[in-house]
Amino acid sequence: MLAYLMKRLFWSIPMLIAVSIVAFIIIQLPPGDYATAYVAELRHQGDTVDPLMEQEIRVHFGLDQPIYVQYWWWISGIVLHGDFGQSLDYNMPVSNLIWTRLGLTLAISISSLLLTWLIAIPIGVYSATRQYSVLDYVFTVFGFIGRGFPEFLTALVLMWLAYSWLNMDVGGLMSPGMEQQPWSFAKAIDVASHIWVPLVVLATAGTAGLIRVVRANMLDELNKPYVETAYAQGLSERRVVWGYPVRVALNPFISTIGWALPSLISGDVITAVVLNLPTTGPLLLRALKNQDMYLAGSFILILSVFTIIGTLISDILLALSDPRVRRG
Amino acid sequence: MTEDTPLVEITDLGVEFRLREGVVRAVDGVSLHVRKGEVLGIVGESGSGKSISVRSIMQLLPKTAVLSRGSVLFRPPGGGEIDIAKLDRKGRDIRSLRGRHIGMIFQEPMTALSPVHTIGHQVMTPIRLHLGLAKKAARDRARELLQLVQMPRPDQMLDAYPHELSGGMRQRAMIAIALACNPSLLIADEPTTALDVTTEAQILDLLKSLQERLGMAIIFITHNFGVVADIADRIAVMYMGRVVESGPVDDIFESPQHPYTRALMASVPRLGAERRRRLTTIPGMVPDPFELPRGCSFHTRCSEMVEGVCDRLDAPLIDLSGGRNVRCHLHSQNQTGGPNAG
Ligand SMILES: Nc1ncnc2c1ncn2[C@@H]1O[C@H](COP(=O)(O)OP(=O)(O)O)[C@@H](O)[C@H]1O
Ligand SMILES: [Mg+2]
Repeated sequence: MLAYLMKRLFWSIPMLIAVSIVAFIIIQLPPGDYATAYVAELRHQGDTVDPLMEQEIRVHFGLDQPIYVQYWWWISGIVLHGDFGQSLDYNMPVSNLIWTRLGLTLAISISSLLLTWLIAIPIGVYSATRQYSVLDYVFTVFGFIGRGFPEFLTALVLMWLAYSWLNMDVGGLMSPGMEQQPWSFAKAIDVASHIWVPLVVLATAGTAGLIRVVRANMLDELNKPYVETAYAQGLSERRVVWGYPVRVALNPFISTIGWALPSLISGDVITAVVLNLPTTGPLLLRALKNQDMYLAGSFILILSVFTIIGTLISDILLALSDPRVRRG
Repeated sequence: MTEDTPLVEITDLGVEFRLREGVVRAVDGVSLHVRKGEVLGIVGESGSGKSISVRSIMQLLPKTAVLSRGSVLFRPPGGGEIDIAKLDRKGRDIRSLRGRHIGMIFQEPMTALSPVHTIGHQVMTPIRLHLGLAKKAARDRARELLQLVQMPRPDQMLDAYPHELSGGMRQRAMIAIALACNPSLLIADEPTTALDVTTEAQILDLLKSLQERLGMAIIFITHNFGVVADIADRIAVMYMGRVVESGPVDDIFESPQHPYTRALMASVPRLGAERRRRLTTIPGMVPDPFELPRGCSFHTRCSEMVEGVCDRLDAPLIDLSGGRNVRCHLHSQNQTGGPNAG
């Protein structure tokens, strides 16, 4: 097990190097660079721009250097000094921009993932063990609606409901006045009163899909002979269902935790924009639009690290829960 | 309890599946009994209702099955008499019988064990559930059981997972689970059908020696007459949800009375020949379960069918001497001096 982990960790190093190079190249692929985008933005706003200025910006940020030089500056800064470089667009260190947002994003992602599981697994198991019951139909209908309804629409509806019925303003993660204040009990309460909207929005869509998968997996497992063996030993239905098929049916999910981590970080862009959340999605979107290459590159690199860590975590969990993987 | 009072007595059992396409009478008036310490073999083609009949003894039927009539009397060793057919299939009463007084082993040793629990855990489950033993004592008992079923390296096997075992070893583990609480009845539903011939012989030998040693009654299901001759004291032959012939094993082998029994015996796979799951040597097709033929259900395939009788009238159950029964018109005609059954 330990040897297996070391091997996995070792192999992730060349993978990360490859990812960082590919990420950097992809960011440079669109025609032009940050200077072009910046000048275009100014023109768009109606300013007249000196053609020399574009070149000045380019030289100032070193954008006229060959791509491998730029890559080297960037990657050596990260590896040697933990410095992710400067965001050209925000004119501040990338680190300052990223870490708080990553923290918030992780908090929201993980709590919504837990919420999703907490709701979806019992419902999925119930639906499977009481197939074709009234409640099973109700949950199935809910599943289809939840799946078909775009997340950002759910977000808008919830925000409107909260605003018009509960008289709350729920956009953002805290009330406007709170952002500058240090952390306190009042601030925590304020965040809690805001955070439920993104949680419910993210959990609704996830829950609907998960219920269907849990139900399908459980229906498969419930027909397997080992379930009958368990009943033949005199165990109660509750002990049979939760002790045997649920354990087997949940194994496939454990391997999806790893994918959930990066997709939760990058996948909530629209919802986050609608909800005005200071998470990573909108930031990445903007960085890519403006060719803010150090910011965007660092983002993609960190997402890749999360993917690798996530996959590793799910592999470990899967090995712990399924002996066929652990001792195959 | 005298030796003659049956341990299990099934009377006129009916089990139906009420499907959209119609009603399937999977078991249609089966009567069977097993005495204490006796081995009953149930033989019949696949789909004849063997599994459903014996699962009724444990109320382990598919959700869609309805136990529509009849009784299943069980006499546990402590005394008393329970009609299992009247118990709630999820209730406490039936659960206290399952795994405690009645053990069951299944056809597919590959999939009948939980893939995520160790063999030890699975053998210990009924021990801890019914006998209330603590973990340590239950583990010791599980080790004894693995020795009893002649599992190689029992100590190691306690911590092994099913996927690490061969088919024969898994079936040994299944037997250990089923015998964990010293049941008075062991139900074995085609326990060797999925195994190769050598392993099949080993498992049969094991079951025979365990039966001699522990003295439990066994209901042994197979579709292979060759297997049942070896292990059973009595045989019941099933066709289309009914018992068509029953009696002591030697008598039936010597002079089978029902044409279906004779056809089945003729189709026993020869030793060493490739086994068949479905016997194809009896001419004709098994009738559509939704449209049972009028008269005797076997008349469409029977080589001795009597026109105007077998295709019109239900075959009566006839008591022959020596504890034998047969459900066939030929014998009722014999009794009244009709055409000979030879
Ligand atoms: N789950 C089920 N749903 C509908 N019909 C079933 C089901 N299980 C069994 N049957 C019916 O019951 C008949 C007897 O089945 P079974 O007892 O399993 O036969 P076997 O003698 O092969 O063990 C089958 O032919 C089938 O028509
Ligand atoms: Mg069967």
